[in-house]
Amino acid sequence: MGKAELPLHAPGTRTDRGYIGRSMPRPNAARLLQGRGAYVDDLRFPRLAHVVFYRSPYAHALIKKLDFKKATQAKGVIAVLDGRAVAEYCTPWVAVLGHLKGIKSPPQHAVAIDRACWQGEAVAAVVAETRAQAEDAAALIEAEWEELPAVIDMEVSLKGTSIIHKELGDNICFARTHDTGGVDEAFAQADLVVEETYGFGRHTGVCLEGRSILADYNAAEHSLTVYHSTQAPHMMQDIFSRHLGIPEASVRVIARDVGGSYGIKVHVYPDEMATAALSVMLRRPVKFVADRLESFATDIHAREHRVKVKIAVKKTGEILAFDMDDLTAIGPYSVYPRTSGIEGNQVVNLTGGPYKHQKYRGKLNVVFTNKNVTCQYRAVGHPIAVALTEGIVDKAAAALKMDPAEFRRRNLIPDDAYPYTFPSGVKFERLSHHQALDMLLNLMDYKKLRQEQKEKRKQGRHLGIGLAAMIEVTNPSPAFYGVGGARISAQDGATLRLEPTGMVTVLCSVTEQGQGTEGIFAQIAASAVGVSMDKVKVITGDTGVTPYGGGTWASRGAGIGGEAVLQAGRALRSSILDVASHVLGLAKSELEIKDDQIVHLLTQLPKLALSELGRIAYFRPDTLPMNFQSELTVTRHYTPREYGFTFTNGIQASLVDVDVDTGFVKLLKHWCVEDSGTIINPMLVDEQLRGGVVQGIGAALYEECLYSPEGQLLNGNMADYLVPMSGEMPDIICAHIETPTKQSELGAKGVGEAGTAGAPAAVMNAINDALAPLGAQVTAMPFTPERILRALKRV
Amino acid sequence: MEHALDITLTVNGTRVRHRVEPREHLIDFLREKLGLTGSHVGCEHGVCGACTLRVDGQIVRGCLMLAVQANGCRVDTVEGLSDSKELARLQKAFHEKNALQCGFCTPGMLLAAQDLVLKNKKFTREEIRQHMSGNYCRCTGYQAIVDAIEEVVNG
Amino acid sequence: MAGKAAGKAAGAALKAPAFAYAKPASLAEALELLARPGAKVLAGGQSLIPSLNMRLSSPELLVDIGSIEQLKHIELKNGAIHIGALVTHASLETSETVRKHVPLLAQAVPHVAHAAIRNRGTLGGSLALADPAAEYPAVAVALEAVFEIAGKNSTRRVGAAEFFKGLFETDLKAGELLTAVEFPVAKPADKSVFLELARRNGDYAIVGLAAHNDRFVFLGAGDRPVQFSFRNNLEEAKANLEANLKPSADLYHTAATKLHLAGVLLERAWNTR
Repeated sequence: MGKAELPLHAPGTRTDRGYIGRSMPRPNAARLLQGRGAYVDDLRFPRLAHVVFYRSPYAHALIKKLDFKKATQAKGVIAVLDGRAVAEYCTPWVAVLGHLKGIKSPPQHAVAIDRACWQGEAVAAVVAETRAQAEDAAALIEAEWEELPAVIDMEVSLKGTSIIHKELGDNICFARTHDTGGVDEAFAQADLVVEETYGFGRHTGVCLEGRSILADYNAAEHSLTVYHSTQAPHMMQDIFSRHLGIPEASVRVIARDVGGSYGIKVHVYPDEMATAALSVMLRRPVKFVADRLESFATDIHAREHRVKVKIAVKKTGEILAFDMDDLTAIGPYSVYPRTSGIEGNQVVNLTGGPYKHQKYRGKLNVVFTNKNVTCQYRAVGHPIAVALTEGIVDKAAAALKMDPAEFRRRNLIPDDAYPYTFPSGVKFERLSHHQALDMLLNLMDYKKLRQEQKEKRKQGRHLGIGLAAMIEVTNPSPAFYGVGGARISAQDGATLRLEPTGMVTVLCSVTEQGQGTEGIFAQIAASAVGVSMDKVKVITGDTGVTPYGGGTWASRGAGIGGEAVLQAGRALRSSILDVASHVLGLAKSELEIKDDQIVHLLTQLPKLALSELGRIAYFRPDTLPMNFQSELTVTRHYTPREYGFTFTNGIQASLVDVDVDTGFVKLLKHWCVEDSGTIINPMLVDEQLRGGVVQGIGAALYEECLYSPEGQLLNGNMADYLVPMSGEMPDIICAHIETPTKQSELGAKGVGEAGTAGAPAAVMNAINDALAPLGAQVTAMPFTPERILRALKRV
Repeated sequence: MEHALDITLTVNGTRVRHRVEPREHLIDFLREKLGLTGSHVGCEHGVCGACTLRVDGQIVRGCLMLAVQANGCRVDTVEGLSDSKELARLQKAFHEKNALQCGFCTPGMLLAAQDLVLKNKKFTREEIRQHMSGNYCRCTGYQAIVDAIEEVVNG
Repeated sequence: MAGKAAGKAAGAALKAPAFAYAKPASLAEALELLARPGAKVLAGGQSLIPSLNMRLSSPELLVDIGSIEQLKHIELKNGAIHIGALVTHASLETSETVRKHVPLLAQAVPHVAHAAIRNRGTLGGSLALADPAAEYPAVAVALEAVFEIAGKNSTRRVGAAEFFKGLFETDLKAGELLTAVEFPVAKPADKSVFLELARRNGDYAIVGLAAHNDRFVFLGAGDRPVQFSFRNNLEEAKANLEANLKPSADLYHTAATKLHLAGVLLERAWNTR
């Protein structure tokens, strides 16, 4: 399967991929390299006020009294408000969706009223002239609390002896069981049943730029402009409009430079809603930037799971069935508007992903706890599904004394089996598992590594090799959220405009947080129209300017936004040639656009510069035929329709050296083979994979939000919460396969989350591969030295 | 009690004089009072490196230095070192290798990396990784950053 | 910092509370100012400023001793290496004198945080803070360094072992200032090695060991450096360690694990020092 044939131009013309497939440097990186970007905290506004939130020190408590007297009199203070005051300007929300049957959650306010349900929940807002003054004043608030029992442990929560929201009857936010039927029979027929329980530590995104929002209400117009570090400006426009009572078109949300997001900034945060409400209330711009300690306590957490899994296998190595039971702990509220049921739902959908078994049972319980809220974070559910699948697969292979690569080869869905419906109900258009496995084993020189491992073992060195095959959800249709009633758009649009000087402006509803969205749109637009890339300017992240769309999430930017840009580019090209045809007196079919010129198709001779065409179309239309109107601004939209999710596949490998005396794991190398369809910019794909892999390594070895039994966050700072730094990370070797999707002309699938989805599994399998000869294994992430030493019985 | 103090310092080659509260740290002073928003605030407890600046020729964490301590000092930020072209080689290498994504860590990375460049010798990848290990990046996974620095220091 | 910020995280703040600031030109002036109530020393600020930012401490007055030149020397004097309290980690790192004459200290310096912090943080600051996971206190105890302390009306000398009294607790009295540290010059027969286990480069040690001849001083294994004298064989040393070292658990490691890791470091140091 070679590179995709990409028909960029009308039939009959020379096929030219233009910039597509080339590792072009990103134009918008230039300003970031000089510190000349525009993050929300960089913006300056007259009368800008700062808000700081007074937060609950308890995991669960009634707010008996809040005394603002001293705080209100502090220097620089503009207002001190409680939840009821803010509620007059912002209505509460309930984060449930219709397609998650039975999901329940109580209403949540922007600032808590009467009761705080997690340590860090905002219970009052202090607005002042400077942030420091607001913090000074917040320290003067006097509060009386009545502590309530805090539900912290997920098993305890499930038991329901103490119910957090009495009106709900239990602590279950969402439960689901998927059963193909025939599962018990399959287990009865198995030659071997292997089971294990895997634990996944709660962790969080740690975006270097804290959550940031600057809301600017214009009282005269009853309009609101919000500068927001967000992935989904249109979604936020809808939410600000509905909850603050401002007409939709009078709300403008602008996301300029965003300092990292990874899903953290695609959710609705009560403190951010409060900030917007305060701007309306106080009739002046108000800014909130979550500082690092607040971030740890209130940015969404994710991935706290305990999963039991069983695999039924024949002695040939054939997998007959998976049976999985997932318990996951969220916070006291489901998060708006995407719900906190999705992550667990994904685990049910994706367990066993790459394999061709037919029988499957997956059970899910999502329970409330009095810890911070959780919601979608890069690779949502995949890291858990892939780790539990690939972990139990390795265990089964070991039990059969079969090489793990060989075991996978016997079970991966064949490359010619598509389209394919998976036991959980998801449909695959076309994947390349076997091709990917072959490529990986070749890339890493698997045989040689196994040999090296054997030799090093004789010297007392414990190398481990771990594999992780995976599938990945990308380019979702409305099946993800829309069908459940969420006003989250799965369609996106691109407007392309030829400027008089021959430049092309691209306005697109998909957004940029550093992954390179604007760069690839420039590549696609330039290729589709026929201009050089430096003539293209891309604008994203402004609801007042771009078409309506979903923004960035679930790895949809390239596949969905890119296709909209491509179609608009082709349409603009056609419109330009209409004008050229009239100007030159030649048939449209004899003309082409290349390198900023109208050229004669056959001779390739330049006939008319685009800058000249622009001059004529905009300033001298009197020279064009009477009944002709040039339309040099075109808009096209795109929605993936055929498949609910466009699945991709990949496979990763990790090579580690475990120090069995200290329990320290040295990451020697990592490989990632990924099939994400048409690749627009290989360098950007590699960098998405690498960044994602390191985030996954963080989950596997370092990161966990640690709570005391009373629900106090113990390590909510950068010294105690361990994020991966450069000193310990391996080089990551990437390779690509391109199996384009036929749902679009571009054929691009998504790739932003793949690295994070597979890395934890690969590292876990590598550690266990290293420990196997010593009779030890680890199953609970993160794999700290403590956990490894205990597994080795050294402690 | 608050005692505002006058400080005079040279920032990106320009002499500036301002009245500051003692509690104001250097990075807030540069961002808020001088509008030099190129250096960023990531943690305010000295761990992430986003606020890395150069004071009297040495890299420091802007959140761990009070503005009053910078009285009489020479401060260089990413804006100044960009305009003077001192960072040009690193910036080109970073750009070509996509050693940045969201860009928030980038000014700090450049200042820290330039420290190595100024030592005028070759470094191994391991040494580069160790030197840069005080600067947090969540987007890149570090490899492209190491590649870019390696290209500049090792030629 | 472990656990300290926990209760605070709720009302989390990261802008320091207000305080006054003074920058004395001389040691005498500094001591005068330090006699005031609520006065605190500001040296490198690499530990103090984060704690101020987190509102973990709220002094009335910061006394910036950064321009007192007499505290910035490294010199060989009377058969010992005399280092001023304001010498930065970076200066220690590049000092030929330290490398040659106090090799154990030179080995420890690269473990201290990262370059940007080493450019500002000071020897005296680190010793006066007495973080049990810090490198220099253990090195000072292992080398039997002598600390010079100045008060308003007097100066005194204290041996390293007597200086560290408990968790973040030293022999410094109110208003006193650590002015210099004296290290013995290394002899040709000396055997020293510094080892540390940390999850990431520059992190505070989980546990560390400053070994000098018979003296084995552990950091991160007690509320202050824990000193052992091991004269015989490794087996005996390990048994002694196991019986007598009582480390506390930290956020990620149980006491048993820390004890185990201390034993691993002992074994590694024994063979390489």
